[in-house]
Amino acid sequence: MTEGVPQSSEAAKLAKGSLLYLDGVTVSFDGFNALNNLSLVIEPGEMRAIIGPNGAGKTTMMDVVTGKTRPDAGDVLFDGSIDLTKHDEAAIASLGIGRKFQKPTVFETQSVYDNLLLALQQDRRVHTTLFARTSREEDSRIEEILETTRLTAQVQTLGGSLSHGQRQWLEIGMLLAQDPRLLLVDEPVAGMTDAETEETARLLRDIAQSHSVVVVEHDMDFVRELGVKVTVLHEGSVLAEGSIDHVSQDERVVEVYLGR
Amino acid sequence: MPHKLVPLGAAMRRVACLIAVLAAFIAATGLAAASDFEAALGKLTDKSFQVKEQAIAEIATSGDERALPILSALQAGDLYFVRKDKRIVFAEKLDKGFSITDALTGEALGEVKRRAVRKVSINNRLRTALKSAIGSLELFSPDAEARLAAARSMLVAPTADALAMLDRALTAESEPSVREALETARAAVQAQTGPLDARLAAVGVMSGSMNQDVWRVLGKLVEEGGETASEDAKQVALAASAALESIESQKRFYSLLETLFFGISLGAVLLLAAVGLAITFGVMGVINMAHGEMLMLGAYTTFVVQQLMPNAIEYSLFVAIPAAFIVTGAVGILLERSVIRVLYGRPLETLLATFGVSLILQQAVRTIFSPLNQPVITPDWMSGFYEVNGALSLTYNRLYIIAFSLIVFLALLAVLRKTSLGLQMRAVTQNRKMAASMGIRTGWVDAMTFGLGSGIAGIGGVALSQLTNVGPNLGQAYIIDSFLVVVFGGVGNLWGTLVGAMTLGVVNKFIEPFTGAVIAKILVLVFIILFIQRRPRGLFALKGRAVDN
Amino acid sequence: MAPLPQHATLFQRLFGNTSGKLVLGVILGAAIVVPLLNQLPESSPFHVPTFVVSLLGKYLCYALLAMAVDLVWGYCGILSLGHGAFFALGGYAMGIYLMRQIGDRGVYGHPMLPDFMVFLNWQELPWFWYGFDSFAFAMLMVVLVPGLLAFVFGWFAFRSRVTGVYLSIITQAMTYALMLAFFRNDMGFGGNNGLTDFRDILGFSLRTDGVRNGLFVASALALAGGFLICRFITTSRLGKVLYAIRDAESRARFLGYRVEYYKTFVFTVSAMLAGVAGALYVPQVGIINPGEFSPINSIEIVIWVALGGRGYLYGAIVGAVGVNMAKSYFTVAFPEIWLFFLGGLFVITTLFLPKGVVGIFSKAPSHPLPSLRALLARPAANQGTRPGDAL
Repeated sequence: MTEGVPQSSEAAKLAKGSLLYLDGVTVSFDGFNALNNLSLVIEPGEMRAIIGPNGAGKTTMMDVVTGKTRPDAGDVLFDGSIDLTKHDEAAIASLGIGRKFQKPTVFETQSVYDNLLLALQQDRRVHTTLFARTSREEDSRIEEILETTRLTAQVQTLGGSLSHGQRQWLEIGMLLAQDPRLLLVDEPVAGMTDAETEETARLLRDIAQSHSVVVVEHDMDFVRELGVKVTVLHEGSVLAEGSIDHVSQDERVVEVYLGR
Repeated sequence: MPHKLVPLGAAMRRVACLIAVLAAFIAATGLAAASDFEAALGKLTDKSFQVKEQAIAEIATSGDERALPILSALQAGDLYFVRKDKRIVFAEKLDKGFSITDALTGEALGEVKRRAVRKVSINNRLRTALKSAIGSLELFSPDAEARLAAARSMLVAPTADALAMLDRALTAESEPSVREALETARAAVQAQTGPLDARLAAVGVMSGSMNQDVWRVLGKLVEEGGETASEDAKQVALAASAALESIESQKRFYSLLETLFFGISLGAVLLLAAVGLAITFGVMGVINMAHGEMLMLGAYTTFVVQQLMPNAIEYSLFVAIPAAFIVTGAVGILLERSVIRVLYGRPLETLLATFGVSLILQQAVRTIFSPLNQPVITPDWMSGFYEVNGALSLTYNRLYIIAFSLIVFLALLAVLRKTSLGLQMRAVTQNRKMAASMGIRTGWVDAMTFGLGSGIAGIGGVALSQLTNVGPNLGQAYIIDSFLVVVFGGVGNLWGTLVGAMTLGVVNKFIEPFTGAVIAKILVLVFIILFIQRRPRGLFALKGRAVDN
Repeated sequence: MAPLPQHATLFQRLFGNTSGKLVLGVILGAAIVVPLLNQLPESSPFHVPTFVVSLLGKYLCYALLAMAVDLVWGYCGILSLGHGAFFALGGYAMGIYLMRQIGDRGVYGHPMLPDFMVFLNWQELPWFWYGFDSFAFAMLMVVLVPGLLAFVFGWFAFRSRVTGVYLSIITQAMTYALMLAFFRNDMGFGGNNGLTDFRDILGFSLRTDGVRNGLFVASALALAGGFLICRFITTSRLGKVLYAIRDAESRARFLGYRVEYYKTFVFTVSAMLAGVAGALYVPQVGIINPGEFSPINSIEIVIWVALGGRGYLYGAIVGAVGVNMAKSYFTVAFPEIWLFFLGGLFVITTLFLPKGVVGIFSKAPSHPLPSLRALLARPAANQGTRPGDAL
């Protein structure tokens, strides 16, 4: 295998034009298959919701895409040609894939402003950050994001002092600051009130105007609110794909969700 | 002759001699032989040591049953002759003179004045001759051990005279190990003189031997085959050097085995030092820098136990093991309840606090006992060695340490697997909240687990007290090693600790011959540092999403 | 419009912190006042004897060393238990230079070789002793050798993502291995006895008051310089990245920061500072031996930082000077008690003073560590996270 070239020319052909292309991805932990021959294609500009019961492999899928976990088999291609299995987390982030974690992780001892400043797309090499001076463009970009995420009043607040919902939004704001081509959002509304959930859905739809987004979520109502194509994962592979109404009528999906 | 009470020993000897004499007659060795024996005995009264040496040889090869007691008495300085008639007698010293017994007939001759008899004197040369003569006579001892020893001693100075003796011994011998020794000794003799075929065959017999004396015999044969030697000697030398070469390669094999043994015993020491940590650090995740001091406390407990039972040192270790377990276990529980409990979830702080505890414990020991090392006695049964062959012998203390470390390890494994405490421990480490909600007292389990790990460390300390100096710094010497063993093996995996300890021990001992002990140790440290950088989670790493969250 | 924070000027960044300014003032003040007081006649009540000047100089070296540890531990979460090694390497580099300064005035009077090499029957100088006749070269080595070791060691460790206690353990193994190595005579650094019997530095006798005062001033300036370097680093955007790594390493990585580069950078800078501290320490105490590599020394440094308060820089200075003054007092007055005291300090600091002495007085550090109250509020043995989770 050579750097950056997918395992088969067939894969390269199929992946052409896609933003994210997963084919036959398998990950096993001590004999247990967290992902089992998973295949998934995200088009540029698309917003996709991924649902599935606990242990379906949703988070592991994100781990594979962001370079945290190496798959045992399969192709993971970004932008049709870049083999993500050959890059680490930092490199993948620099390629333009941002991730929001299931458990909101912001930098707790730093202000909202600093959190966003760190997330801003910039030269991330050591010597440039050592001598970096914040430019007016950076400040205005941060202001913009503060408004989008409704955190303007909290600009000086420490990340650790934010409410749960505000943290979720700060993390989404950090994703925006990164300005990635693909956003992976893991359970953005877990633990939110209904009003907050609605707000978040609106925020994500806004973001989807200019970015490709993959949302992993449990909350069916939220997914319905997003109104996008849905992929159902079960035991590490795709069980069904289509509109929310389509998949919720699928017998196997119903069985997976209700049968146990 | 007035009848007198004779001491019991003398009486016994008299009976023995009578039987011997009777046996001699029954064996029908013949009058001529008997008179040869008498003549040889007579020569002992001669002043010349040369004559006496000849006499010893003749007595030894006579095959006479009386030879052994006579030569033994001569060696012990109990053989005299009567000045008047030059009769050889066994003499027993009394207050004013001797009680004498005829050496030839066993007839008690009563008590005589000191001046009436004269000692058969010997010199060093004769002593050597006597030793080998007695050795050869012991070939016929009823005791198999003695026969084996005698056969082996024949190898020390194989002489042509011994050949007949060995042959005779071989015909009577049935014990396989003794037969083998006899045949080797016979080969050693035969290889030196006689027809070439027989000599070469004899060298062949010796070629597989792992006996150092055989090597010497072969070495001598090689030396004798120099430029000026006869054709036969040269051929024998050639064969001998070939035999030595094959022995050499066997020796290399055994020295490899020996290194392996040293490595495993070092591994066992590391295992004993680390196995307690495998519980506190490996299972609980507590960075206990005072672990080394738990070992130290175990060693000091051994010292105290020995002080309390100075007359039963042999059994002291059996008392020290449970005592050390209880003492260090209690200290461990105290440490867990007072300090570590507060710091769960903050490993770096735990590291610092327990390091502070280790300083306090060291200074406490210094204040209570002394800054000096304390003498811990090694029981007799721990010393000595088991000789496999001339190239390999295993010391008992190492063997005991290996066995002990494995017993401790397996016992710990059994506790974790089979007891309810073990079950609760595993439950608490896997899912604390769930375990708590199932009614397990997690705090109690933490304390018990830490106590168990500390107690095991104390037991390790008992073993270490037998190997190294028992002083306040004992723990420091082992703390880094212990952590490296656990990390190298894979945290949370008891088998990993076993494999890790053994691997590091063996690797260390195999590097040592090339680099010396210090560099070997440094290389092992560097190796582990590099290894941890390659595989930060050790040899047997747990895998999965849960691991690095 | 939301009030965005004002961007500090370089001057504000370096000197904007009141307590830091205070400490800096004290250090520089001492650099002027102490040598002056030393000049007073001995009868004067304000006279500072020369040995006290050197003792204070030694504390300043320890303070620089502690600050180097704080830079990696307090700001980047790397608990190094091997910083004593960098300190000692800097010290050895200086020691070799001082040995060369002895020239042929050794006991054996050899024109080329130091006494211990003559004693070992060595015929020529080992290659790694070349160049140390030059002061400039020696000073270069003082920063380069520890820096290079830290760079290589750190690069491999951080690239493999060795973190938390695992890193602490291997840094300890590193200094332990170096100690064993330096104890060997074959290493060419004087073995057991180390390097000692120094005479001159830059041609001036080490025994004169002037040189002693000079070394004190140099130590003070080095500490002040080190403080400003650390301030510059920690108040830059790189500093924010360091906090990010300290608090949520994988989050920083998912933002695209190459964590290993940052850690290696700060680890290397810190090692160089430690090397400078070691180099100034050696001429003031007059000896460097392998004992400086002992793992216990390295752990002791950490407790200075913890006691003073980590993440403040000046906390490390306060801790180092405070503990060492106590040590000087106790080891003379109550040698039996000292280890009890030090051990107790470890336990009490970690249990009751997680933010250190400075943390008690400083209300709002710019980037606080998790608060004491939050820590105490956690039910002790009954929480979900376990050691190993939050390394």
